[in-house]
Amino acid sequence: MIKALKKLSNSQLAIPLFALFLVIVFNLVRDLSFFSISITTNNYGNTVLSGNIISILNGASELAVLAIAMTLVTSATKGQDISVGAVAAIAGSVFVSVLRGNDITLSVILLAFVTACIVAVLFALFTGMMVAFFNIQPMIASLILFTAGRPIAYWINGGATPTVESPLLGYIGSFIPGIPIPTPILIVIVFGLLVTLALRFTNLGLYIQSVGINERAARLNGINPMLMKLISFMILGVCVAIAGSINVCRIGLINHETILIDIEMDAILAVAIGGNALSGGKFKLSGSVIGAYIIQALTITLYAMKVSSTAVKAYKAIVIIAIVVIGSPVVQKYALQLRDKLFYNKPMKITENN
Amino acid sequence: MASKKDRNLFAGTPGKKQKEPISSTTLLLTITIFAFIAMYLAAMIIWGGGFTNPQQFFDIFNNNAYLIVISCGLTVVMIAAGIDISVGGMIALVTMTCVVFLEAHGGSVFGSIFLALAIGLGMGVIQGFLISYLQIQPFIVTLGGMFFAKGMTTIVSNTPRTITTEAFLAFKNFRIVIPGIGSYGKSGNYIPVRVEPGVLIAIVIVIAIWVVCRWTRFGRNLYAVGGNSQSALMLGINVKRTKFYSYVLSGLLAGIGGYIYLLHTGAGNASNATAAEIQAIASSIIGGTLLTGGVGSVIGTLFGVLSLKTISNIVIASGLREPYWQSITTGLMLCFFILLQSVILTLRKRKGVSS
Repeated sequence: MIKALKKLSNSQLAIPLFALFLVIVFNLVRDLSFFSISITTNNYGNTVLSGNIISILNGASELAVLAIAMTLVTSATKGQDISVGAVAAIAGSVFVSVLRGNDITLSVILLAFVTACIVAVLFALFTGMMVAFFNIQPMIASLILFTAGRPIAYWINGGATPTVESPLLGYIGSFIPGIPIPTPILIVIVFGLLVTLALRFTNLGLYIQSVGINERAARLNGINPMLMKLISFMILGVCVAIAGSINVCRIGLINHETILIDIEMDAILAVAIGGNALSGGKFKLSGSVIGAYIIQALTITLYAMKVSSTAVKAYKAIVIIAIVVIGSPVVQKYALQLRDKLFYNKPMKITENN
Repeated sequence: MASKKDRNLFAGTPGKKQKEPISSTTLLLTITIFAFIAMYLAAMIIWGGGFTNPQQFFDIFNNNAYLIVISCGLTVVMIAAGIDISVGGMIALVTMTCVVFLEAHGGSVFGSIFLALAIGLGMGVIQGFLISYLQIQPFIVTLGGMFFAKGMTTIVSNTPRTITTEAFLAFKNFRIVIPGIGSYGKSGNYIPVRVEPGVLIAIVIVIAIWVVCRWTRFGRNLYAVGGNSQSALMLGINVKRTKFYSYVLSGLLAGIGGYIYLLHTGAGNASNATAAEIQAIASSIIGGTLLTGGVGSVIGTLFGVLSLKTISNIVIASGLREPYWQSITTGLMLCFFILLQSVILTLRKRKGVSS
């Protein structure tokens, strides 16, 4: 048991799990009913689960999907893509425009999603090519689409905020009749399983990490770093299309200004809170996904405490900075030395490392 | 002061005078300045009208003095291989706090200036400490700073309000007349060019930081740390302190930039200076600063801001009045400059010229 605990405290997941634990304990102390899950009937007469936990899991779906992709991109390219929100707006606009051109059936939705996927992958590849072929930092390369992405979505929509309405879209955005769990949660579970299986049964994860750790060494070992970077951006494109489509189904319209706004920042935060280095290399997808849920849990907790939606950011920032300060190697080292001094009477060594 | 030998070492310009390649900083700076001049001359010839009016040229300064100031801060941070995305949020916080201070608490103008500087300096010190001494990734820390500043702005006040204090309005409406430059109005009367006090502050800051970067030990340390922090450490440079000061400077400049913004608009609003950090990063990049550090100049950044805004003016002059065209052309221009820099640096690397 102690061995297991020690192993956990050394693992990368220690910080995100600890942060999640803190959020849960804080809510337990504050208000026990925060965790209650009730069974209610929604407007369409379906029996559904509702409660804060469900809304955290449901609301973080887009973020979780994007955090997975952002982790891969971070690992391979040592940088982050800040255009995911803007590209999601483009993907969402394409999704809506295909839906509006046809009668909405299941196959049309599938067609719209595939089209959105292709468009998003192409846009992600634009950034990816600049990163892979021209060795431009991902943040700089994605700055282009960050500025131009939402205007392109505006142009696709013709300046309006078109709505789409269909019970089928409602099934994707909220509940399928007979299943009490919100569909976005199921989509995330299925997608997460697919990615996990893909990384387990192929060498993709290993190759991406080795490119991030040492590009030259990876190339000498027969891995094509450019291809790995492009693949990570292609996966990003698919994830962006999924996130955009889920969001459109959820709210039933596309607003290029507000859809998934600031999500790139949250996704990068999720990667960092998950214990992954933003300087690339080794990664743990589970950490990033937990990070995404921590961010959403924090937001919902603050809403439950009647903090206004605009002021939430300030409190969120304080908590997140606190988490990364605890996770910082300098602080951890100092804490360990302090523990040694207090409990084992060892002298404290202050070592400078840069 | 760094000796001449040190300076050559850090700038990457070898001591021998003849037939030595120029440094990347100088090359990228030259490209930016020429690109801007070419663009403006082309605009003057093709569209004439407003572009030949000197007042319109100085209006770019009037409207964007705050952007020049925060871009300078970003350039300093980027030369030291960091990033600061909290500057836009800080401007919103500074404007809102100063407006509330002046209006609701009857504060003095000097008090509000002090407040603006204190907010900038305070946030700069905290962020600098977290980044340099606790070694947390700068992107995450300044992202937290941005969220904090934006959230704090709405906590300070959620309603947009305009300043009515007499003393401040006198300061705001003060104009500096530039002698010798002007244009003739429709009725034939001579109108001299007027600039706002913020422009003067911005220009002084650009020159001051240029001097600091070029001729002081701190400035040369910035380039050394950004170029290669490992070798800088071995040269005996205090890497942590240099990084710390770069963020403090950026925070302070964000405070000043916020006050200049307030002088220009005279109103506090939670949505003030939205995405200003992205524009500042874009200006720095167009001005020839590399995000990887070690290369850049604030003079280039000044021209980066001017190029960015001239493009917007050209887009409007050419009849594409839809707002999204400006963003798309900004994106295209960024794309052009980023690719150009990348190609130039790759070619130079192949030739064996160090940055």
